[in-house]
Amino acid sequence: MARKISMKQAINEALDQEMTRDPSVIVMGEDIVGGAGGDGERDAWGGVLGVTKGLYAKHGDRLMDTPLSESAYIGAAIGAAACGMRPVAELMFIDFMGVCFDQIYNQAAKFRYMFGGKAETPVVIRAMVGAGFRAAAQHSQMLTPLFTHIPGLKVVCPSTPYDTKGLLIQSIRDNDPVIFCEHKNLYGFEGEVPEASYAIPFGEANVVREGKHASVVTYGLMVHRALDAAALLAKEGIELEVVDLRTLSPLDIDTVLESVEKTGHLVCVDEANPRCNIAADISAQVAQQAFGALKGPIEMVSAPHSPVPFSPVLEDLYIPSADSIVAAVKRSRAGARQ
Amino acid sequence: MSDAGAITPVIMPKWGLEMREGTVSAWLVNEGARIEVGTPILDVETDKISNAVEAPDPGLLRRRVASEGETLPVKALLGVLAEPEVSDADIDAFIAAYEVPAADEGDADAGPAYQSADVDGIRVRYARRGPAEGVPVLFLHGFGGDLNNWLFNLDAVAEQHPVIALDLPGHGESDARLPGTGLADLAAFVGKFLDALGVPKAHLVGHSLGGAVAARLALDAPDRVASVALVNPAGLGEDINAGYTDGFVKAASRRELKPVVEMLFADPSLVSRQLLDDLLKYKRLDGVTELLADLGGRQFGGGRQAERPVRQLGGLPLLVVWGAEDKVIPAAQAALAPQGADVHVLPGAGHMAMMEKAGEFNTLLKRHLKH
Repeated sequence: MARKISMKQAINEALDQEMTRDPSVIVMGEDIVGGAGGDGERDAWGGVLGVTKGLYAKHGDRLMDTPLSESAYIGAAIGAAACGMRPVAELMFIDFMGVCFDQIYNQAAKFRYMFGGKAETPVVIRAMVGAGFRAAAQHSQMLTPLFTHIPGLKVVCPSTPYDTKGLLIQSIRDNDPVIFCEHKNLYGFEGEVPEASYAIPFGEANVVREGKHASVVTYGLMVHRALDAAALLAKEGIELEVVDLRTLSPLDIDTVLESVEKTGHLVCVDEANPRCNIAADISAQVAQQAFGALKGPIEMVSAPHSPVPFSPVLEDLYIPSADSIVAAVKRSRAGARQ
Repeated sequence: MSDAGAITPVIMPKWGLEMREGTVSAWLVNEGARIEVGTPILDVETDKISNAVEAPDPGLLRRRVASEGETLPVKALLGVLAEPEVSDADIDAFIAAYEVPAADEGDADAGPAYQSADVDGIRVRYARRGPAEGVPVLFLHGFGGDLNNWLFNLDAVAEQHPVIALDLPGHGESDARLPGTGLADLAAFVGKFLDALGVPKAHLVGHSLGGAVAARLALDAPDRVASVALVNPAGLGEDINAGYTDGFVKAASRRELKPVVEMLFADPSLVSRQLLDDLLKYKRLDGVTELLADLGGRQFGGGRQAERPVRQLGGLPLLVVWGAEDKVIPAAQAALAPQGADVHVLPGAGHMAMMEKAGEFNTLLKRHLKH
């Protein structure tokens, strides 16, 4: 029977099963074998948070500890992918993308297009995203919109262990570069996950809660905040529908439109900074394609346009909360057209 | 409390092995109404499915204890049936004294909800309930189904008989491999499964493709089969709706799957989000789509059933129950049942008659098992 495992274990299991299935799958990153502060013993830590622990013992040198140079090993992973391997590169924090961005957005994302469809780059870049970890401004960002902006990249950000395993397996099997965003505050979150391998297709949002009064569209950790908001509003007789996008590129806008056509109210929740983020994108698409279905103003709930604060009090205020989602639902309903 | 014996509690049912609680969605009868056995009293919803709770015994509905919208544990008191002679005071006392039995007590005695067995190198998930003594009743689900298709039936039958339900190979949470795509392959596998459990002889209950497998096993190993009960069975007539069998195999998303699964029920609103999610989770396991395509192609290719063993059944008690509004295998095929079969066509039910008309089906099945 499906047992409960954490999101961290789900990532480990997906890597393990795909490495077993396909010898071209390799894993590389900083400290993924020896680990930070290790005494030189291999497989001591399995990465800064232990995600890859145990894999070295099974798959040996198909896991590589890399030098502390993101531009070097992300470039190497992309090159290996272009030459027929299926590398999974772990970038640790997505905040470090800056130093290796040329390889990602101007190389990997362009190969298929510029070589007339003859080149494929099946690389997965895993990175931790999000605030709430007391890790300050340079290790806490939700940078998903940077990557959805680039054609040629696929962007995934799961909210449950079940989705994490199935989407990571799909990412490894996919023939295009995938940015796989793991919310660090969900690593310990547990859920039922089948032991067998399975893949969840990209571009399929998940309606995690059905409701008729308003649609909340979100992804990642914010799915759980939206469900908390739904529980609060249910006590007042307001039934929220919660749509988990799961993949941001490709985007399942059809499921969003269907939901809004049913409820007439849209609240987009995004932990990313507000300018040009996922919430702004979804809001624009719904306004354009389903304006007639809207019974009230579209509301957006995002972090403020500021770096993530180090002060725990301020950081907690920075992250969108269930209360802020409840307030946004009420604003949209208060502004309802008669 | 002299009249306490005349008071019948209506309790939260346990539909399926995983159900812990249910929500009362609507009362269907008023206080003071005369209830017969099988009368739907109230609708209960779980995260998997919704269905009506039926009366266990006849009586007057004296009190609605649970209110609409309330979520209560399995075996919680929902209402009280009693004859008019029973005083209101006695009913109040009964309600006040009622305690919900601990949900896990019975489970602990009966072992875990699911067990697994290794049969020819294929891991099989199964459930075993009910008394230790007696000829077990083995439930065989259909194409793409799993043992939870019997969630309204297993506990009802387990009151009197040992029951066993398995996920056929390549289905549910059994390994995603088939021993073969012929009915004889599947029937032989089921025989080995019974060997693994040390069961020499069983009553077989089969739904759809599982019905054809049951018939094949009864023909191939007659001394192992005490009786056969078939629900909307394959293996009797020729036609089968390829729109369903092919559509089920091909559907890759909830959007594609929903209209296909709706064909299974007379009332399509029974198809919940959870039901579709569970089916998608199964279909997305590595190898499942391919094996379903193989099995469906072999058994049901082109909308024609390849094997029809049910027609050859004879010499043992045979119950055939069919939902009149079956959109997968037409109920008209019930007329082809062998001589001597006890045939019932149930109005208001589709292909999943054992779910949609669970009360009627359970009554028919329990009567059949008394043979």
